[in-house]
Amino acid sequence: MSNTTTAHHDDHHGEHPTGLARWVFSTNHKEIGTLYLVFSLAMFLVGGAMALVIRAELFAPGLQLVNPEFFNQMTTMHALVMIFGAVMPAFVGLANWMVPMMIGAPDMALPRMNNWSFWILPFAFTMLLATLFMPSGAPAAGWTLYPPLSLQGGNSLAFVILAIHLMGISSIMGAINIIATILNMRAPGMTLLRMPLFVWTWLITAFLLIAVMPVLAGAVTMLLTDRFFGTSFFNAAGGGDPVLYQHIFWFFGHPEVYILILPAFGIVSEIIPTFSRKPLFGYTSMVYATASIAFLSFIVWAHHMFTVGMPLGAMLFFMYATMVIAVPTGVKIFNWIATMWRGSMTFETPMLFALGFVVLFTIGGLSGVMLAIVPANFQYHDTYFVVAHFHYVLVTGAVFAIMAAVYYWLPKWTGHMYDEKLGKIHFWWSTIWVNVLFFPQHYLGLAGMPRRIPDYAVQFTEFNMISSIGGFMYGFGQLLFVYIIWKCVRGGEKATAQVWEGARGLEWTVPSPAPLHTFDTPPLVEDNVAVHRDRLT
Amino acid sequence: MGQSSYFVPATAKWPIVGTVGMFIMMIGAANWLNAGPTGPWLFAIGGAIVIAMVFGWFGDVIRESRANLYNSAVDASFRQGMIWFIFSEVMFFAAFFGALFYARILAVPWLGGEGTGAMTHELLWPGFEAAWPTHGPAELGGDFQTIPGFGLPLINTLILLTSGVTLTIAHWALKKEQRGPLVFWMFVTILLACLFLSIQSYEYVHAYRDLGLTLGSGIYGSTFFMLTGFHGVHVVIGTIMLIVIAIRCMMGHFSKKNHFGWEAAAWYWHFVDVVWLGLFIFVYVV
Repeated sequence: MSNTTTAHHDDHHGEHPTGLARWVFSTNHKEIGTLYLVFSLAMFLVGGAMALVIRAELFAPGLQLVNPEFFNQMTTMHALVMIFGAVMPAFVGLANWMVPMMIGAPDMALPRMNNWSFWILPFAFTMLLATLFMPSGAPAAGWTLYPPLSLQGGNSLAFVILAIHLMGISSIMGAINIIATILNMRAPGMTLLRMPLFVWTWLITAFLLIAVMPVLAGAVTMLLTDRFFGTSFFNAAGGGDPVLYQHIFWFFGHPEVYILILPAFGIVSEIIPTFSRKPLFGYTSMVYATASIAFLSFIVWAHHMFTVGMPLGAMLFFMYATMVIAVPTGVKIFNWIATMWRGSMTFETPMLFALGFVVLFTIGGLSGVMLAIVPANFQYHDTYFVVAHFHYVLVTGAVFAIMAAVYYWLPKWTGHMYDEKLGKIHFWWSTIWVNVLFFPQHYLGLAGMPRRIPDYAVQFTEFNMISSIGGFMYGFGQLLFVYIIWKCVRGGEKATAQVWEGARGLEWTVPSPAPLHTFDTPPLVEDNVAVHRDRLT
Repeated sequence: MGQSSYFVPATAKWPIVGTVGMFIMMIGAANWLNAGPTGPWLFAIGGAIVIAMVFGWFGDVIRESRANLYNSAVDASFRQGMIWFIFSEVMFFAAFFGALFYARILAVPWLGGEGTGAMTHELLWPGFEAAWPTHGPAELGGDFQTIPGFGLPLINTLILLTSGVTLTIAHWALKKEQRGPLVFWMFVTILLACLFLSIQSYEYVHAYRDLGLTLGSGIYGSTFFMLTGFHGVHVVIGTIMLIVIAIRCMMGHFSKKNHFGWEAAAWYWHFVDVVWLGLFIFVYVV
């Protein structure tokens, strides 16, 4: 591979387009990564605004701000926007920026397709968000689009389904590109088991994406034909079964959950060693744990639907298979803790968010084990306990990891240090209020408050008020995050190439900000170049 | 192969064209489904833009490949891309096969009162007896007959399997750089592909007109037409690929070492072939 990964650029020395054309026609992994990240931040704010509508309505019992139809549209759209618009594009953006730099590649393997996978997204979300302004409103049957309810909505269904198809095409192309890059573009000496864990987790995530996004496409296509072309996939009168949709959907949906968290595991596995100034504990076990989680994600889907009715044997299987996931996940958590053990730790903002992730994600993981228990699940299903569970893993899990990653690599992207003081304020503000927001929801759920309902019995009032206050404080606190990024892009203390004292890996060997083209000639990766962290020192 | 460096184009103009085309097409399709008057027009315009994009984009790639801008690493990236694209297609079909198996093995027997379905059966459709094929307890779409597997579908199976063989013979010719036999066997393959599509179209007309079997014939009609229909669409795409590749063979674009465009089309063709074998066994025969 010695001369295969040097880059040829048509545009050497200067003809790079400027203005809008620079972004629309870009083939550069860093520019496209920036586009993904900016888009993701915008969608995070849009989806967050929807969440605030929900929390405002739930501040007090009774119906006061919005009508129930609009409330249902908000819960549905909030989920779709946050999952497909905020978290997934953020991870793809991070992969675009970091994977080529981490493996010593000149760019992504398929640069033009990279451009295409991004630019589909703004159009797909225009289509999705436009349904809010249609006479019949946006879809309101929940993001899972369960039939028969989803088939009884207005004209928006076709728009939503076709928008999901566009998002799926974008994700699949993005994932193909990432796999091709990782398998084909590594610098000489960058063997698979020397790759940084962020690269490993993304390799496995990309595989999951290619395996399950087409399954989602199949599921929503069946919805479309059931609604418009007279098929009976989900119609028992014709011999079909509405539960079939739930099986197909969650065959996609459960791996999707890990698509939303595996790259976060990778990020945390980069950050904790840096700020502990120690190699990652148990590198290979981390890789195998990630692969095990990915494998298990394919055989646990029915734990999302224990209450729909299925044979006892199936329930037992899905319960135990789900609980087994706690084993590789536990391996990861203990490895992170062992990495910190007797390290020379410092607590800069990325590390704070990573530590927040470890603690709070674990809470979400443990409530997940509770939900996996079939008889308990019958009680918890579709209550606020579930809402609390998946917001702990997605907000304090995935979103905290994304924020950690942004603080960690922002100096590398911009060449400036962010404002450390503001960063720390952002962390503590977010961590306190996010717990005020979501922790009471556990109690609400255990007490029996159902999810996706705009009104509730008066005994739930206090916890809902607390949760709503937490929601508004957490939500508006994120404007500080936007300001910190903006300030860092505009200026600040010059960042060194290595940025963080304990940072290891190829991305820290190039200047900050990273030049537009890195590794035109591939670096030679040897054992003494600190990549494979547990063989160091 | 040419360059020693990895080819990264400076700009890409076709992706945004393709995006806008797809966007217009999808808006058109959604309008069309909701009986909006502009739907079909928007769909057609968007479709035309997407087709133009495909020609333009592949045209650029072919020109760059002919100009020796790609090295072996770029070739490997293309191979990775095609392999994973085909894998995604496999998973798309898996969703529909999954629906078929679920309906046949679980849902329909449950409707008939087996296992956990006892009460559904008692309360909703006490008279329904589980069987396959079925159009469900409400007998949606009226009476229908199915297409026997060991008639035209068997012939179609043989046609597709033969097309795989003729394609391989073409590959041997390509590897010996014998353009005459290469083009000849490519055209035999395309002919078999068209024959398959004709028989499939005839079968559809026959099903709708004579057998009463339609997309609305309950779960049998749904799975039958969606599986064979999506397969048919993929055969059409594969046939277009083969035609384009055959023309490129005539133009002498491929050498014995450098012909990944040819191989990608062949991989795709073998993929639709394998999907058909699954269809033949599980939709027509069993």
